[in-house]
Amino acid sequence: MQLHDVWFVLIAVLWIGYFFLEGFDFGVGILTKLLARNRPERRVLINTIGPVWDGNEVWLLTAGGATFAAFPEWYATLFSGFYLPLLVILVCLIVRGVAFEYRAKRPEESWQRNWETAIFWTSLIPAFLWGVAFANIVRGVKIDRNFEYVGGVGDLLNPFALLGGLVTLTLFTFHGTVFTALKTVGDIRERARRLARWVGLLTAVLVLLFLVWAQIDQGDGKSLIALIVAVAALVVALVANQAGREGWAFALSGVTVVAAVAMLFLTLFPNVMPSTLDADWSLTVSNASSSPYTLKIMTWCAGIATPLVLLYQGWTYWVFRKRIGTQHIADAAGVTH
Amino acid sequence: MDMALAPETLARWQFGITTVYHFLFVPLTISLAALTAGLQTAWVRSEKEKYLRATKFWGKLFLINIAMGVVTGIVQEFQFGMNWSAYSRFVGDIFGAPLAFEALIAFFFESTFIGLWIFGWDKLPKKIHLACIWMVSIGTILSAYFILAANSWMQHPVGYRINKEKGRAELTDFWQVLTQNTTLTQVFHTLSAAFLTGGAFMVGIASYHLLRKKHIPVMKSSLRLGLVTVVIAGLLTAVSGDLLGKVMFKQQPMKMAAAEALWDGESPAPFSIFAYGDVSKGHNSVELSVPGVLSFLANDDFSSYVPGINDTNRAEQQKYGPGDYRPIIPVTFWGFRWMIGFGMASFTIGLAGLWLTRKKFLLPAHLRGGEDEVPHLVLLRKKPLGPRLTTWYWRIAVLTLGFPLIANSWGWIFTEMGRQPWVVYGVLRTRDAVSPGVSQGEVLTSMTVFTLLYAILAVIEVKLLVKYVKAGPPELSESDLHPPTRIGGDSTDADKPMAFSY
Repeated sequence: MQLHDVWFVLIAVLWIGYFFLEGFDFGVGILTKLLARNRPERRVLINTIGPVWDGNEVWLLTAGGATFAAFPEWYATLFSGFYLPLLVILVCLIVRGVAFEYRAKRPEESWQRNWETAIFWTSLIPAFLWGVAFANIVRGVKIDRNFEYVGGVGDLLNPFALLGGLVTLTLFTFHGTVFTALKTVGDIRERARRLARWVGLLTAVLVLLFLVWAQIDQGDGKSLIALIVAVAALVVALVANQAGREGWAFALSGVTVVAAVAMLFLTLFPNVMPSTLDADWSLTVSNASSSPYTLKIMTWCAGIATPLVLLYQGWTYWVFRKRIGTQHIADAAGVTH
Repeated sequence: MDMALAPETLARWQFGITTVYHFLFVPLTISLAALTAGLQTAWVRSEKEKYLRATKFWGKLFLINIAMGVVTGIVQEFQFGMNWSAYSRFVGDIFGAPLAFEALIAFFFESTFIGLWIFGWDKLPKKIHLACIWMVSIGTILSAYFILAANSWMQHPVGYRINKEKGRAELTDFWQVLTQNTTLTQVFHTLSAAFLTGGAFMVGIASYHLLRKKHIPVMKSSLRLGLVTVVIAGLLTAVSGDLLGKVMFKQQPMKMAAAEALWDGESPAPFSIFAYGDVSKGHNSVELSVPGVLSFLANDDFSSYVPGINDTNRAEQQKYGPGDYRPIIPVTFWGFRWMIGFGMASFTIGLAGLWLTRKKFLLPAHLRGGEDEVPHLVLLRKKPLGPRLTTWYWRIAVLTLGFPLIANSWGWIFTEMGRQPWVVYGVLRTRDAVSPGVSQGEVLTSMTVFTLLYAILAVIEVKLLVKYVKAGPPELSESDLHPPTRIGGDSTDADKPMAFSY
């Protein structure tokens, strides 16, 4: 295994980490309209991810930065090629971050309502668009001999990619729903469990369709295993949810996210961005990667930093392990200090 | 294509707008994290309530500010790929590494511990909670270091080779990138300026309340902390600026000649206070200057030779081939002056304030104010300022909070514009760095979207800051004064509301 293969795995790990973590907090954002019935309930939802959403988002920045360092060609082609969808994602993430921080900083009804609407849409749109983007990466796009994307925005909205978008949207919503059931008390917890049943069933159908499609297109033995794990974990997550085992349901929906993203990366390898115009123009782990020297330095850095990050982020989840309900939200109408 | 709307021009404008905007928040974040941590440390050690109230007050403003810093930072991580894909391909092997280090080491640190700090008041024992804000502070400083190492490489590329076969620059010595004198002096200068910014912010807001005789004990301590910060950081900014200037005179003579609008080399070279030149003719038509000072800034003596714009342009033409290697002279000339002028104005106001509000030194006993009194402004021994001058000092001190922000912005505009036409000095031209596949319409769209969004957010942010500045430090609750002793919070009452919630 060469260093650029190691880095392919590490980039996959960063995206998996991002989708696992921000996946549920996108889901929670979507639930503010789908599940919450009033402002105190919306605040309960927002506060289940309050202390952690920012740390979760850094997984994306790190995936971006690490791709730049380890696969500059991939970074350049991907972000200049998927320009407008990425712009939409960035705008959403900007507004979403501000919305979390500023929502409670003024007591006016309209102020709070507007930021809540913003949280819903800015969670929903990226949750969908990430799926579109990854489906396109896996399927391949129009890349010319200079590694430039030469397709249009319309090319990115093909049926496979749109299905991919629906998969991430529903999967993250399910992931967020079982997370909510795990992190809340009271009525909202019960309703989250009931909702998880329906969202989970829909997700299972879409995930199965999408992954099988990807498998038929370009899968192999390894990706088939990941596919089976993803679908099986989702089914067991549904059973666990039904049985009221919220911890298990969340862990297993997490396994689904991990296995599904892993499967996409398995079908991708050794390409990082295949070209549909000419197989010779595809970006691969070898022609898109940095020099061995840079990869070596990066490996040391990631090897030391990543376990530490997991450790202190894990600790954060432990510090905020208590469930919350509407009774824990102070002065539900006013400004919090 | 019309140059004004060429993708290169638009991409440069977009980078300028998004980066200068981002950098309004960065220095405040760096300094307010440390200053808030300092105040919280004072609370933990002395248990004086005014320090906790100050921590909560400045901490709140810090959070409103860092939220903007974080979200505008997301764009920075991706826009190299979006608008500058040729740049990314050419230098990613080198430039990507410090960015990845920044994310892996600094961003995770910052964002994880900020969450713990915001929500941790009733979940963490006092000292662990305090440690969290210090972690945030360390994160912000590490972040500055890595990104400045990356920028310094663009100013003065070292530790690399050109791989002809792959058509790109490759890293050969990462240590050199991290420790070259450009990096070290830029980090020194940027961090001092950041603390000048935060100090002036504190001075300005504390003066606002003291002018109105409100929240005196908290604001008096804040004023003191702010003034001391401004004076120390202001001095260090000047010292580091001088060091960085000397480095730049060697590494980018064009930038410094342009900073002075020094068209032809002179020995001794004068420092120009005001100049109005004609770029096409290559000389100044009006000029006011102090002899010898530029020689000193460049080489530490008052008589040495400093090459001018025309000399450097010729030298670069010989080295890199035909072309115009001059940046836009008025921008560099005035950018340099506004940077120094606004930065040093803030320092001077701080220095005056520190003297005027001194506690004991050369101050008779009856002028030493009590804990609840607005400090007397005493110019000479036994001679306080009159009421009118006192009011004016407070007013000017309020204004000073904006000065370093202006200075910082111009500092970056100067250093980045002064490097043109290069994006990586001597290695890659800016016009060769843009994304060839991105259309004019796409860049125009993203530039418009970001500019509008940032403008709206600026209004929201400033209004929110004003609201919380005016509200003053919050009253303390019982639970503020009795933080938990166990991690995760004391479990006496399972239904107790959270100390902080979104």
